[in-house]
Amino acid sequence: MKIGAVGGLGLVFLPAVKGFAGSGALRDAAGAGSAVGRKWAMVVDMQKCWERGAECRDCILACHRAHNVPEIPDPEEEVKWVWTERFEHAFPEQVHEYLAEHLRDKPFLVLCNHCENPPCVRVCPTKATFKGDGGLVMMDYHRCLGCRYCMAACPYGARSFNFRDPRPYLRELNPAFPTREKGVVEKCNFCTERLEEGLPPACVEACPAKALVFGDLDDPSSEVRRILSASYTIVRKPELGTRPKVYYVINPGLGNSGGR
Amino acid sequence: MKIPDMRYIITGIVVFLVVMTFPFWYNIGKAASAPQVSLDTPRIREMAEPQCVEPASYMRANHMRLLEEWRDRVVRGGERTYVAGDGKEYLMSLQNTCLDCHSNYDEFCALCHDYAGVAPDCWTCHLEFPRESK
Repeated sequence: MKIGAVGGLGLVFLPAVKGFAGSGALRDAAGAGSAVGRKWAMVVDMQKCWERGAECRDCILACHRAHNVPEIPDPEEEVKWVWTERFEHAFPEQVHEYLAEHLRDKPFLVLCNHCENPPCVRVCPTKATFKGDGGLVMMDYHRCLGCRYCMAACPYGARSFNFRDPRPYLRELNPAFPTREKGVVEKCNFCTERLEEGLPPACVEACPAKALVFGDLDDPSSEVRRILSASYTIVRKPELGTRPKVYYVINPGLGNSGGR
Repeated sequence: MKIPDMRYIITGIVVFLVVMTFPFWYNIGKAASAPQVSLDTPRIREMAEPQCVEPASYMRANHMRLLEEWRDRVVRGGERTYVAGDGKEYLMSLQNTCLDCHSNYDEFCALCHDYAGVAPDCWTCHLEFPRESK
């Protein structure tokens, strides 16, 4: 029978095709990402942000535009990489009833902390979330099976689940970056695709108040290290031992000597 | 020994064989011709000598393996540059390298994938829409 003969030929040729695949012209590239041997971190100075005015959302818009993050109106299904939280939600263990007014009701910019000791990485059953070069907590969406263990493990709520196809909720499409699909978790990637080109993260670049500073913790002369050594800074939920790498500058209130 | 319902058994076997082999004899002589993919895109037209990352014969058979290797090296390894067999360097990106030239999804990717009966799930995240050359 004709069809059978064709099928038989396929069986003969298949091993040959497999043989070619292994020995093909693929070779290792010498190119190494610029993130190697660094420890990326961000310092957020909210005072500068507030002085700019409450309506500025440039950093959030720049991030979400660059990474095709959908705008889903239902808060239970929303997807966010960078957003704002009130002080009492961002730093719940630091709140007391007499908290300074210039902190209490103010929005704080929050994002994935790219923890040194990330609980999301420990719980991921497929290693879809992993610690990559430069200490970045990365996601491989190809491997994510949507179990959401990482969402349960992350104490910062920095991860969002795609309950539905995100594409209809994109205001505009950045053709250079993929979207996600229904059923995967996503989060901030510290703009690894920009870092490899030597560019700062999109939010840092977009901030008109220069409230966001990005740099290498391992470089003692970097601006982040300079700010960290000169200012009082806090991180979110330090008691959990996750060692976040997003730092917040806490300034004394305006017209306040800070207790001195 | 006589089997009582021989008639029914034979009829049943014949009907079974006819139904099971239906796809084979129904399609005899109707082999689908191999698809002719189009290389007529703005980016390829710009090239003096159209050249893919690797030779076309290699790409035809192994593009899926090349893409998987790219995926792992970019996402897991943080590499971005691919050195091709001829020494040329390329950005390892399905969306920004492959689809920049092959911006005609319907006449290129889909044509062959449909013929081969495969449904790769690249397109649920990576954008397959036709793009104007930048």
